[in-house]
Amino acid sequence: MVKYFASSTIFQFNWDQVTQGFWRRYPNPNSSHVVSEDIISREIKDGKLYSKRLLTKTNRIPKWGERFINKNYVNIIEESIVDPKDKILVTYTRNLGFTKVMNVIEKVVYTISEENPKWTVAKRSVWIDSSVFGFSLAIQAFGLDRFKKNATKMSDGFNYILAHMFPNTAMSMNPNLSQMGFSDKNIEPSITRLTHAAEDLQHSLQDRAEKVKDAAKKATNLAKQKTQPVYAATQP
Amino acid sequence: MTPCAPPYTMCTSSVSRELKQIYDNCFNNWFVEKFLKGDNNDVQCATLLKVYKDCVEKAMKEHQIDLHDVEINHLETNKEKIPPS
Repeated sequence: MVKYFASSTIFQFNWDQVTQGFWRRYPNPNSSHVVSEDIISREIKDGKLYSKRLLTKTNRIPKWGERFINKNYVNIIEESIVDPKDKILVTYTRNLGFTKVMNVIEKVVYTISEENPKWTVAKRSVWIDSSVFGFSLAIQAFGLDRFKKNATKMSDGFNYILAHMFPNTAMSMNPNLSQMGFSDKNIEPSITRLTHAAEDLQHSLQDRAEKVKDAAKKATNLAKQKTQPVYAATQP
Repeated sequence: MTPCAPPYTMCTSSVSRELKQIYDNCFNNWFVEKFLKGDNNDVQCATLLKVYKDCVEKAMKEHQIDLHDVEINHLETNKEKIPPS
């Protein structure tokens, strides 16, 4: 089963500014996980710029996922097409390797906002897939949860770079504008129930983690209480 | 491989790291001043790109990255995912 997820973000910068910023997104305060970005190929075809980059990122996976992926880095291929005439930037990223465990594909289309021609809208589509038996639902749910968090983090990081590149535009930005919209649906609607099961499973994993944390906290408090008199005794 | 100071590249030698930075500057300048203004001549950074790409290819081999998988295009091919309608 493939899980599909879509979101849309408004950048209060024009399309030319956003496409310039796209190549200079890293580093930003939210990109500490990006280790390298390199060009693999770049050419102009029919007036459009085709680029392929290799990004290396540190792989943030939950403890329970470590038995499937025990590599610290994940390599990502980013294909992009810039069409300066129609003002469309398309990016398409996929992870290299362990695609059986978790395959994440992301497509983002940047166009001029219909709301305001001085703004840019980024429409993001994500497909998350896993074929690890039994764990695929949990891994997918984890991937989705991380995607939601990362989408916000990513546009914050991108906005940071844009604001530094174009301070005059940034000054007229409306900070109250809600910038993100999410929608979330399954390619196979009949599977929705199972997806909820996946989310429940993930929550139960989180619950378990919370319980362990609580127990640890209780133990620490108990230890503190026990040592209090000793501690007090050592104070002058 | 450890996270390192900019420039963020897989290339490890100081010469190639500097090269990446020079290429990036050349490209960013060309992108704004030429490409976005309708000039499609990309000869300006072509030599820099070629030398820099060679070092990336070498680095990918060192990191045992599957070059065949890297080369395959997905965007605008039948491999590209289509959003559900």
